[in-house]
Amino acid sequence: MRGGRFSQVALPVFTALVVIFLFLPIAVMIGFSFNDPAGRQNITWQGFTIQNYITVWSRPDITGPLILSLAIATISTIIATTIGTMMGLALVRYHFRGKSFSNVLIFIPMTAPEIILGASLLGMWVSFGVERGFGTILISHIMFNISFVVVTIRARLVGFNRSLEEAGMDLYADGWTTFRKVTFPLIFPGILAAALLAFALSIDDYVITLFSAGHTLTFPLWVVGVSRLGIPPEVNVLGTLILLLAFVGIGIQTWQGRRSGREEGGPVTLVGR
Amino acid sequence: MGARRWVPYLLLGPGVAWLLIFFAIPMGYMAILSLSEGTLGRGFDLTWNFAIYPEVIGQYGELFLRSIFYALMTTLITLLIGYPMAYTIAFRGGRFKNVLLLIVVLPFFVSFVIRTLNWRMVLSDNGLVFGTLKDLGVLDPAFHFLATPASVIFGLTYNFLPFMILPLYVALEKIDRRLIEAAGDLYAARGSAFWRVTFMLSLPGVVAGSLLTFIPAVGDFINAEIIGAGNPDSIMIGNVIQFKFLNSNDYPAAAALAFVLVIGTMLLVAIYTRAVGAERLTE
Repeated sequence: MRGGRFSQVALPVFTALVVIFLFLPIAVMIGFSFNDPAGRQNITWQGFTIQNYITVWSRPDITGPLILSLAIATISTIIATTIGTMMGLALVRYHFRGKSFSNVLIFIPMTAPEIILGASLLGMWVSFGVERGFGTILISHIMFNISFVVVTIRARLVGFNRSLEEAGMDLYADGWTTFRKVTFPLIFPGILAAALLAFALSIDDYVITLFSAGHTLTFPLWVVGVSRLGIPPEVNVLGTLILLLAFVGIGIQTWQGRRSGREEGGPVTLVGR
Repeated sequence: MGARRWVPYLLLGPGVAWLLIFFAIPMGYMAILSLSEGTLGRGFDLTWNFAIYPEVIGQYGELFLRSIFYALMTTLITLLIGYPMAYTIAFRGGRFKNVLLLIVVLPFFVSFVIRTLNWRMVLSDNGLVFGTLKDLGVLDPAFHFLATPASVIFGLTYNFLPFMILPLYVALEKIDRRLIEAAGDLYAARGSAFWRVTFMLSLPGVVAGSLLTFIPAVGDFINAEIIGAGNPDSIMIGNVIQFKFLNSNDYPAAAALAFVLVIGTMLLVAIYTRAVGAERLTE
């Protein structure tokens, strides 16, 4: 296929501009994490320092929300991935009454605007006099993560070669052993992708958390609160470190995918949409 | 097989229960809350106060229309930016395909609020973009961009662009290249081959991308709060819902607004999918 002048010149130029557009705030974040500002404003470039990467850990007002967010993300990921994987298995493997109802129940939370999910939960917490804090945030994160886990797991299960399980059964493995030794290792890359997605969604959530947090500060809530005037360099430091962590996550996922010999879609599978 | 019949229900049980208790019931409860009257201290009693709906629509109708307009503009701009980008990745990506895809999803790996805050800094009056243009004399020193409607649409466009590009890419990638060659063999001009073959076959991606962009954009309040600086002339309906729920504790009105938002969004989505014939496309 030989493209015309439009696609030979205009498309690459346009693509480069879009790449710059996507990159710009991220580059600024990384750059200003090394800034050495006089005040807390951090608006203009003052000088290069790595000091921010050291001082950030001795500030309990920063590490507190960060640890809380990590804890919520870890626990909600474990619970949502377990529950969601079970649901994915049920939906792909079995035919039963109520299947389409379950599908709708899983689908709708992903399509509703986030503010609706958060606000409706708040209405319930307030009306039943539930104290808002760690527990309510955790519940809300598990709630919005379940659907994304199910969708990710289901996509992996559909292309699953069941004859491998039958082979396990033929070799006198019982149902549980077959699951443990055959099924689970094969769907593990899918579970890992779902878990990474859940973790990423949880640690970054602002909208739903805002409604369930009460006076508790998670990392995103702290960031917005502290950045009313300017962005403290510590915010950009942690943003940069989280980006690095995400790259490690992609690395693990790609490596796992290669190891299990399945074609992986790279970063797109992590996003899961 | 008797006992195995229960297996799917056991597997589904915890998840379905969780979604019912913490999603479906709160949604229903919000409907009841919207029809109640009272205060946070005294509690809310269900009085079937349907008058709240015409009341909030009368008071905030303009904000609903503004939010729909912002979300439509965002969808249109992300489509115009996203289509050539997705096309390039799918058809011209070559060995850069995975790198380009990684760049498209890169914003997802930076906290939503941090990247939005950094845009606010970049776009500030003396920031990287406009400060430079003013120093060069290209722009009037009095020019400012933050806290305008355009700045809110800008923020929405940045934050939801990947949601448009990814489904477009998936749809374009799936197209059988031989169909496009066949159009050429049948003496279709390049433009007409693109329009009548490539674009038509990528329509499912256009529909999916539009929905994934429009729905979160119409209910968003972060961009109006951070990039729009909460300016009353550029806030969206989400800002009012958030304020009423968390600051003024006006739960019935907030719940009614939230409900109008959900129903309105669903109606628009239904009209849109019917208009483009998405039922046929997804078959």
